[in-house]
Amino acid sequence: MNLAYTRQQSAFREEVRSWLAAHVPTEALQSFDTEAGFTQHREWEATLNEGRWGMVTWPEELGGRSCDLIEWLIFEEEYYRAGAPARVNQNGIFLLGPTLMEYGSAEQKARILPKMATGEEVWAQGWSEPNAGSDMAAIRATARREGDTYIIDGQKTWSTRAVWADWTFGMFRTDPDSERHRGLTFILVPLNSPGITIRPIPQLNGLPGFAEIFFDRVEVPVSNRLGDEGAGWSVAMATAGFERGLMLRSPARFQQTARRLVELYRANPEVGDSDPAVKDAVLRAYLDAESYCLSTYQTACRLTQGGKIGAESSTNKIFWSELDQAMHATAMSILGARAELLPHAPDAMGVGNWLDGWLFSQSGPIYAGTNEIQRNIIAERMLGMPR
Amino acid sequence: MDFTFSEDQLLFQQTVRDFLVSEVTPQRIRASWETDSGRDPKLWDQLTEMGLVGMTAPETWGGLGLSELDFVLLARECGYVALPEPLVHTALVAVPMLGALGGELAQRWLPAIAAGEATVIVGLEQNLLLEDAHRADLLLIQRGDALYALNPEQCKLRHNESVDPSRKLYAVEICDSAEPISTGAPVQAFTTAALNRGALGCAAQALGLAQRMVDLSVQYTTDRNQFGKPIGSFQAVKHHMANIAVRLEYAGAPVARAAYSIANSEPGASRHVSHAKLVACEAASLAAKNCIQVHGAMGYTWEVDLHIYMKKAWALNNTWGDAGFHKNRVSSWIFSPDAKLGAGSTFPSGA
Ligand SMILES: Cc1cc2nc3c(=O)[nH]c(=O)nc-3n(C[C@H](O)[C@H](O)[C@H](O)COP(=O)(O)OP(=O)(O)OC[C@H]3O[C@@H](n4cnc5c(N)ncnc54)[C@H](O)[C@@H]3O)c2cc1C
Repeated sequence: MNLAYTRQQSAFREEVRSWLAAHVPTEALQSFDTEAGFTQHREWEATLNEGRWGMVTWPEELGGRSCDLIEWLIFEEEYYRAGAPARVNQNGIFLLGPTLMEYGSAEQKARILPKMATGEEVWAQGWSEPNAGSDMAAIRATARREGDTYIIDGQKTWSTRAVWADWTFGMFRTDPDSERHRGLTFILVPLNSPGITIRPIPQLNGLPGFAEIFFDRVEVPVSNRLGDEGAGWSVAMATAGFERGLMLRSPARFQQTARRLVELYRANPEVGDSDPAVKDAVLRAYLDAESYCLSTYQTACRLTQGGKIGAESSTNKIFWSELDQAMHATAMSILGARAELLPHAPDAMGVGNWLDGWLFSQSGPIYAGTNEIQRNIIAERMLGMPR
Repeated sequence: MDFTFSEDQLLFQQTVRDFLVSEVTPQRIRASWETDSGRDPKLWDQLTEMGLVGMTAPETWGGLGLSELDFVLLARECGYVALPEPLVHTALVAVPMLGALGGELAQRWLPAIAAGEATVIVGLEQNLLLEDAHRADLLLIQRGDALYALNPEQCKLRHNESVDPSRKLYAVEICDSAEPISTGAPVQAFTTAALNRGALGCAAQALGLAQRMVDLSVQYTTDRNQFGKPIGSFQAVKHHMANIAVRLEYAGAPVARAAYSIANSEPGASRHVSHAKLVACEAASLAAKNCIQVHGAMGYTWEVDLHIYMKKAWALNNTWGDAGFHKNRVSSWIFSPDAKLGAGSTFPSGA
C-alpha cells in the first residue's frame, strides 16, 4: 500500500488542471435540459475532444488517452474542481462506449465511437417502458426481423436527454413468443428515423429532462444490433454493470458538494446554535464523501491490478444516492426560509443552486435501478440470502 | 498510488482467520467466562507461537518487525471471533508505545512480550478503566500530563464488570509513592499516539464484529421458517441485512487508510483514525441493531451466540474515545480555515 501519487500521476493532474483552466467557460452554460443549453453542452464536448480530454479512458486510436482508473479519478477531481460543464453525452461515453468496445464489431466501433466522442451524436438510453420499470424483463417493445431490417414498434419512457439527443440504445423483444430475459435484443436506433415520435416530459424542475419515445414501424438495419439476436439481456447487464460500478458517479462530485456544504455552514454559523444537528449533518457529509472517495480508490486499484467487481457494486449506488440526498437536505436546513426560493427570486440573496441539486437528488435513489432493487441484489447475490 | 494490501498481508490474514475461527469458538469464549481471569493461557501461547503477540516489535527484540498496516487486517479477524485475549491491545498499543519510549523499558519488556512471558497494558485517563490490568506485568498509565510505568504492586486494582463478560475492566489507584517517568509535552504526544492506536484497534475489530453478526444472521434467517418460507426471503429482513452491508462496505477503506497513516506518521493520522473509528463502530452498531431484530426472541437470549459479538461491539463504541470525541476531532479540522476539502484533497500529494 502506498497512498501517494506517482510523479506521472501528479504530472497528469497538472496537465489536466492547466488545460481546464484555459478552456472551461468562465460563464456557466445554460441547463442542458433546454434547447440552447443542449447545444452549448454539445459544443463543449467538441472542445473537450479537441484537447483529447473527452474520454480519457478510451484507447488512443479512438481519441482517448488509455488512462487507467486512477488517472480517470484524477481527471474527474480536476474536472469538478474546475467547475466544468456537466457531460451531456455521458450515457454514450460512459455506458454505451465501454459496451461497444466489448460487444461491438469493428465496423460499429468505427462508425459510432468517433461521432460519440465529438458530441456530434448524443445518446439516450431506452430501457424503461410504462410497464417495465424495475421489472426490466417485462419489456414489450418489439423488433420484428424482415431480411436485413428490424421493424420496431412500441414505447420507451423516462429516456434522459432524448428530447434533443440523436440516438437511443435499448432492448427490444425480437422473439414474440419469448418471455422475460430471453428473446431480447440490444439495438441502436437513430432518433430521427421515420415513425419515431418524441414527447418531452417535464421533470420536477419543470424542464424536459426526459422523454417518451414512441416507435411506429421504425426500420433500422440489422447492422445496428449490438451482440447476438436474443442476447440483449447479457449485453445490457454489462452496461448496467459499468453504470452501477464505478463510472456513473465519481467521488469528486460528492466531495465538491460536501466542501460547498462546509462553506455554506461556515457562512451561516447561527444555524448551528439553533439546531446543533445541522453541524453533525455537515460533518457526516464530509465523512461519507471521504469514505466514498477512499473506497473508490481502493476498488480502482484492485481493478487495475486485475481484480473484479462483484455484487458488492450494488452498495455503491445506494451509498452515493443517499449521501447526495442527505447533503442537499442539510443545505436546505441551513438556508432556512430562503431554501424554497428559486435563484432568480428577488430576495433569494445568493441562495445558489442548492434547490436544483436538492430536486435532482430526489431522483438518485430511483434511477439506475432503484435502491430497493439494489438492496434485493445485495441481500441475494452479495450475502447469499434465499430468494 | 496503490490502495491494496499485498498478497503476503492477505495470506497472513487468511491464515490467522482460519486459526482463530477454529480455535476461538463461542464455546471456548463461554468457557472463559467461567474462569476467574477470563483468560486462556494456552491460547496466548498459541498466539505467541504464531508470532502474533510480538508481531509489531522490532526483530532485534524478538518481534517480526511488522507494521500497523500488517496488523490491521488481523485485528479485524480478532473482532470476527471476538477474541477475549488482549492481542490487539498488545500489538497495536503496548508494543509500539514501548518502542516509542525506547531505552531500558523497551529493552526490558519488548523481548518478554514477544516471548509471551509478559503482558504490558497502556491506560489513558480518557478510558476511565483499564482492560486486562489484572494480567499486566507492567502498566503504563497516563494521568494528566504525567506518565507512570508501574508494576502491579505499585497500584491497587478494582474490578468492574462489563456487559461483555469477556471484557475485564479495572479502576487503577496509583500508590502515593509512585513517581512518573515523564511529564509535560512528551506525555501529550504519548497520549495522542496511544489513543490513535487504541481507536484503530477498535475500528478494525468493529469491522470483524459486524461481519460476524451478518454471517450469523444470514445463516439464521436461511434456516428459520415462518409462513412456510425462510424468513431470509422476506424483503424487510433482506433490507435490514443489506443496510449493514452498505455501511460495512464503505467503512473498510477508511480503516485501512487510518492504519496506513499511523504506520507512515502522516500528518492527518489523528483525524483519519477518528473517521475510521466513527464509521466502523457505526457499522457494527447497526449490525447489532438489525441482527438482533432478524433473530426475533432468539436474539434476546443468553444462549444464542449473537450477543457475544453484539456486546463487544457496544463496548468498543465508547472506548478509546466515544463518538463525540472523535466527531469533534474531525469537525474541528473541517471547520478550520486551513482545511483542504473537496475533490482531490483526500491524499497528501493531491490537489
Ligand atoms: C431522473 C431519471 C432519469 C431516468 N433516465 C432513464 C433513462 O435514461 N432511460 C431509461 O430507460 N430509464 C430512465 N429512468 C427510469 C428508471 O430507470 C426507472 O424509474 C426505474 O427503473 C424504476 O422504475 P419505475 O419508475 O417504473 O418504478 P417502479 O418499478 O414502478 O417502482 C416504484 C417503487 O416500487 C419499488 N419496487 C418495485 N419493484 C420492487 C421490488 N421487486 N422490490 C422492492 N421494491 C420494488 C421501487 O423500488 C420503487 O420504490 C430514469 C428515471 C429517473 C427518475
